[in-house]
Amino acid sequence: MPGFLRQARWSPYVVGAGLGVLSWITFGLMDKALGTSTSFVNLAGLIESFFAPQHVEQNAYLAKHMVDKPAINWQMMLVIGLGLGALISAKLGRSGIKEHVPDLWAWRFGPSRAVRYFGAFAGGVAILFGARLAGGCTSGHGISGSLQLAVGSWTFFACFFGAGIATALALYGKAGRRHV
Amino acid sequence: MFEYLRFDSPGKLAMGLITGLVFGFLLQRGGVTRFRVILGQFLWANHTVIRVMFTAVVVGSIGVWAMHQMWDVPLHVKNATLAANALGGVIFGVGMALLGYCPGTAIGAIGEGSRHAIFGAAGMVTGAAVYAEVEPWFKQHVLAAVDLGKVTWADVTGLNVWVFVAGLVVIAAAAFSLLRGRDLTSAGA
Repeated sequence: MPGFLRQARWSPYVVGAGLGVLSWITFGLMDKALGTSTSFVNLAGLIESFFAPQHVEQNAYLAKHMVDKPAINWQMMLVIGLGLGALISAKLGRSGIKEHVPDLWAWRFGPSRAVRYFGAFAGGVAILFGARLAGGCTSGHGISGSLQLAVGSWTFFACFFGAGIATALALYGKAGRRHV
Repeated sequence: MFEYLRFDSPGKLAMGLITGLVFGFLLQRGGVTRFRVILGQFLWANHTVIRVMFTAVVVGSIGVWAMHQMWDVPLHVKNATLAANALGGVIFGVGMALLGYCPGTAIGAIGEGSRHAIFGAAGMVTGAAVYAEVEPWFKQHVLAAVDLGKVTWADVTGLNVWVFVAGLVVIAAAAFSLLRGRDLTSAGA
């Protein structure tokens, strides 16, 4: 196996260029743009449909994504592949990490796993709510939309980045920089 | 019970899977599936996220716009519903600083072993379900407030697309050189 496949890290420029070329392939050969957050709607709709299929039909937003459209689609497989690809990369580079509570979080909020899991869950709720309101996430807007020079995507980019900086400073302050 | 568990064609599923494998491999190799790298960017201690994303956008834009103009490869521009883009972006940014991952990098983080990212992903599925319940109100009051349609910077300014692509190259080069050697921490494994 070539040595570069076993390196723990690649240059961020090589990784970024790789993502750019991957976008060429998805646009050019698959008529698709990289994105992930829509799949979480399909997954939520799928789980709800196991218990209350009529609700999926009656909810306009879920129906738009689920009725007469396969829930297991290109992007859902992309999301599954994404997890597997990261796993393969971590195994080859021996760079996996079994993280329960990140150091920065523990420094600020203590070592409790339960508190961290709750914080992670709350963050996840906000992320997907925001992504669906905005119509995309860091992939669909941040990469795919920005490279197309889309006005809405650059608006999203500026707002999420600014809010991320403000929130990180509010949570951890400048002293947090010594703990990342 | 399983009437919504439906599958697209095997070819489409295979292409999605392969795309995802490469996507996840690259994100993990770049170090952006790490909480400390994402928070390091927001705290301005490590600039890996900016380097990865800006390079992806610059390289991607050159190829995608060239293919669009030469071979009519279709674009996938989303609507500029600016109030929704902005409000959604702010909520997303708050959540991302709390979780330390975005949707894609959270899945990658789970793949490389992060346990708290699993709770983040569960939150994301919940967030999607919550949004589905309140979407009519937001559609009427926020998305409809400003909708410029599927517009690009070239459309709204009347300037040539390549002016913006060249501008991106210059801004990226300037940003990379300014941030060079400014990392307080590494994105190392």
